[in-house]
Amino acid sequence: MTAPVKEVGAPAPGRPMLAGPRWRPGESLFRWLLLACLSVGIVFLIALLAYVVGEAWPRLDSRLWNNFPSIRRPENAGAQSAIFGTIWVISFTALFCLPTGIMAAIYLEEYADQERWYNRLIELNIQNLAAVPSIIYGILGLGLLARQLALGTTVLTAALTLSLLVLPVVIIASREAIRAVPQSIRHASLALGATQWQTVWRQVLPAAVPGMATGSILALSRAIGEAAPVIMLGAVTFVMFNPEGLDSSYTVLPVQIYNWISQSRTEFHHLAAAAILLLLVILLVMNAAAIWLRNRYARRW
Amino acid sequence: MSTSAPKSVAGTPNRSLRRTRPRYGEAVIKGLLMAAALVSVATTVGIVISLIPPAVDFFRQVSISEFLTGTDWTPLFSDKKFGVLPLVAATFVITGIALLIAVPVGLGAAIYLSEYARPRVRQLLKPSLEVLAGIPTVVYGFFALAFITPQLQDILPEAWALEVRSGLAAGLVMGVMIVPTIASLTEDALSAVPHALREGAFALGSGKRTVSVRVVVPAALSGIVAACVLGISRAVGETMIVLIAAGVSTGLRFNPFMEMETMTAFIARAASGDVPVDSIEYNTIFAVGALLFLATFVMNLIAIRLVRKYREVYE
Amino acid sequence: MSDPTSRPDAHLPAQQRTDMSAPGAPSEAPGGIKSPQVSFRSAPSLEAPVFEVGSLSVYYGSHEAVRDVNLTVGHRQITALIGPSGCGKSTVLRCFNRMNDLIPTARVVGKIRYHDEDLYGREVDPIEVRRRIGMVFQKPNPFPKSIYDNIAYGPRVGGFKGNLDDLVEETLTHAALWDEVKDKLKSSALALSGGQQQRLCIARTIAVKPEVVLMDEPCSALDPIATAKIEDLMEKLAEEFTIVIVTHNMQQAARVSHRTAFFTADVDDKGERHGRLVEYDETERIFSNPSDRRTEDYISGRFG
Repeated sequence: MTAPVKEVGAPAPGRPMLAGPRWRPGESLFRWLLLACLSVGIVFLIALLAYVVGEAWPRLDSRLWNNFPSIRRPENAGAQSAIFGTIWVISFTALFCLPTGIMAAIYLEEYADQERWYNRLIELNIQNLAAVPSIIYGILGLGLLARQLALGTTVLTAALTLSLLVLPVVIIASREAIRAVPQSIRHASLALGATQWQTVWRQVLPAAVPGMATGSILALSRAIGEAAPVIMLGAVTFVMFNPEGLDSSYTVLPVQIYNWISQSRTEFHHLAAAAILLLLVILLVMNAAAIWLRNRYARRW
Repeated sequence: MSTSAPKSVAGTPNRSLRRTRPRYGEAVIKGLLMAAALVSVATTVGIVISLIPPAVDFFRQVSISEFLTGTDWTPLFSDKKFGVLPLVAATFVITGIALLIAVPVGLGAAIYLSEYARPRVRQLLKPSLEVLAGIPTVVYGFFALAFITPQLQDILPEAWALEVRSGLAAGLVMGVMIVPTIASLTEDALSAVPHALREGAFALGSGKRTVSVRVVVPAALSGIVAACVLGISRAVGETMIVLIAAGVSTGLRFNPFMEMETMTAFIARAASGDVPVDSIEYNTIFAVGALLFLATFVMNLIAIRLVRKYREVYE
Repeated sequence: MSDPTSRPDAHLPAQQRTDMSAPGAPSEAPGGIKSPQVSFRSAPSLEAPVFEVGSLSVYYGSHEAVRDVNLTVGHRQITALIGPSGCGKSTVLRCFNRMNDLIPTARVVGKIRYHDEDLYGREVDPIEVRRRIGMVFQKPNPFPKSIYDNIAYGPRVGGFKGNLDDLVEETLTHAALWDEVKDKLKSSALALSGGQQQRLCIARTIAVKPEVVLMDEPCSALDPIATAKIEDLMEKLAEEFTIVIVTHNMQQAARVSHRTAFFTADVDDKGERHGRLVEYDETERIFSNPSDRRTEDYISGRFG
């Protein structure tokens, strides 16, 4: 485009004064490079999903959830005990870690005086625990819960171990949700003569519930996909029955998948892919629910 | 208390401001909440007390110097050797490969999201990183073993002799796995850099690339370093990918095309087998676990410290 | 927690300042500022005061936010605290119902007596204090609940045992809001206009039947029409409640209050602001014949 330019200085003929070079190779190369970095993840994701779906295709049928695992006959093997095991373990994980995590978050946000050394220690401790490798939690479960407290390798041990594993995630997410509740609401409540707990229970928590629910779902979806600590807790053998109680033996989906991957026959690879697909669908549904919750109840203060 | 007689005013009840009834409930609730918060402290204590006694037992039978300098690792064989260096070397090699992928890619993605992407694009691209972070690592392991390794065997010269299980495949996939960790923490650090700093550089006529690389990234450096340290910590602690895709080894080796076993993979493999309680094999798990815990603990503390530093500067 | 220290030497200093306001007619002052459209409200006596403040200082950490304040708040009067921003007037207001307790670093030194009882006494229950001394905030902050629930909240947490429906109607009528909202009691309070929200907050405060209502710049976020409605409401409420209002609006203080306290901020060499009370007197006198030069400068700069 040519624009009329006033005779100030010495403008290049036919071009606006402030027009720079049209093309900066450095700038655009850099930009493309950055975009390429971002697409590495996306390409990987697409390749992974495509591969898993392709591998799973021959085994995507009701055998997967109707049948039990079998070493000798992969064509009849299924993951029913792992599916039920996952449901059992995750239900109790939720039961243990959600109340504890939310209560801890309330303490840290609403009650704890951050100047006190012990509260700072708790805070530092939670940040550290969030980054402790999951296999270390397996060691905790094995050494302390299964052996020392003699809980054995049961649904209870697995659920307790996974609870401790995701507890920091629940606490951190719940704290964020609580922090998002404006201070003015607390002041209004306290100025009306409400006690601190009345303020928390009747004002802060109802407003923070959507955020806490979102964080909790994401934490549980992490627990569902976790295999390393559970492998250490006895969930490795081919389990031919569904759990019947907290003291049952069990297996869970990721461990069952690991098991099948370790087998050499290709039928088991298809089976593993099918189980992976099932696991990913479960996680997708949970994440979608979390996002829906976040958007549905997003509050405009 | 007042010494003068209270003046009664019409319409004003002359109640005292003192507590009419004690509020035990409030104190009980506060105690319960604090107890919940202390569960996290108990977890750390639990980890330490589950690690220490077996580890101490282990070091009664194996000297620390043999453990830390030996180059043969065969605790589950009949001819037992307890040199942890093969595990440590494998951990280093695989973590190094992972970082080679994850640091540049994670930084690039973060700079793009924070400095270049329009809000619309951001909203679209950021969740893809979150999805990547949400995929169970057993799935990554499967993908590395069943897809990446055959591809690599096709691409790489045959002379390099890439084995079916190798440090390379595990490291590459692990690199992608920790991209979201590095990218999201780096992006946090970049967006904490005040806008005035960018505007100042733009006002001097700098282009966007110059501003990003010369101004924003250095200003966020401690946060970026924290992201990388946390990335390393995750790579060192990752189990399933290496357990599935990296294999087993007994000797010290640095060749990424060969099988190798990391600390985490050994712990998982040994603990899932039938090792008798209180045997030397069983205690080995905890000795390696203690080493792993110590290493990641130090890295986590460094990362936390660094994150606090940039938050203090800019918030 | 703030650990209040009552100084034994801080006896009735408030009266020293009020003594200066001779009971005679103040309009005879020749140097007064002409303000024909304002009719001042005559101040009743300070017999049986609600609050007596003596040598009050408030610290945030090591920073002294307000220094050595002495004043007396009369029963069923409107007392205005005015002054430039950073002068500590809101800080003083927040001492009256112990909202400063919520700031961990805040520390209150000096004496605040409420009906001759030490407000910061060791055995005093801040919850009980806030039920007797309510507060309205700068920005309307209704709960994200229905209008009905907003009004009922205070009585509910206070253990009210009676007919809540009647109480809500009575309160809203009292706050001149009933006709506007009676058809939508169950709808969200956040759907109301800003002015209505603030009047709802006032109604919510009087629903717990306090003796005192503290207002922290209640109109600063509102337009002039909504402000006028709140001022009308304040005058009406003054028949039943003691009101202390912080405002940066001179005219508002002049229109509604019986007594006015003028605060200012000293800036020290480190650039920190220390609020102090310059003058406290009947509103008419403050605005027509202030005894302190700084008051006159401030008032004439913005007023008349």
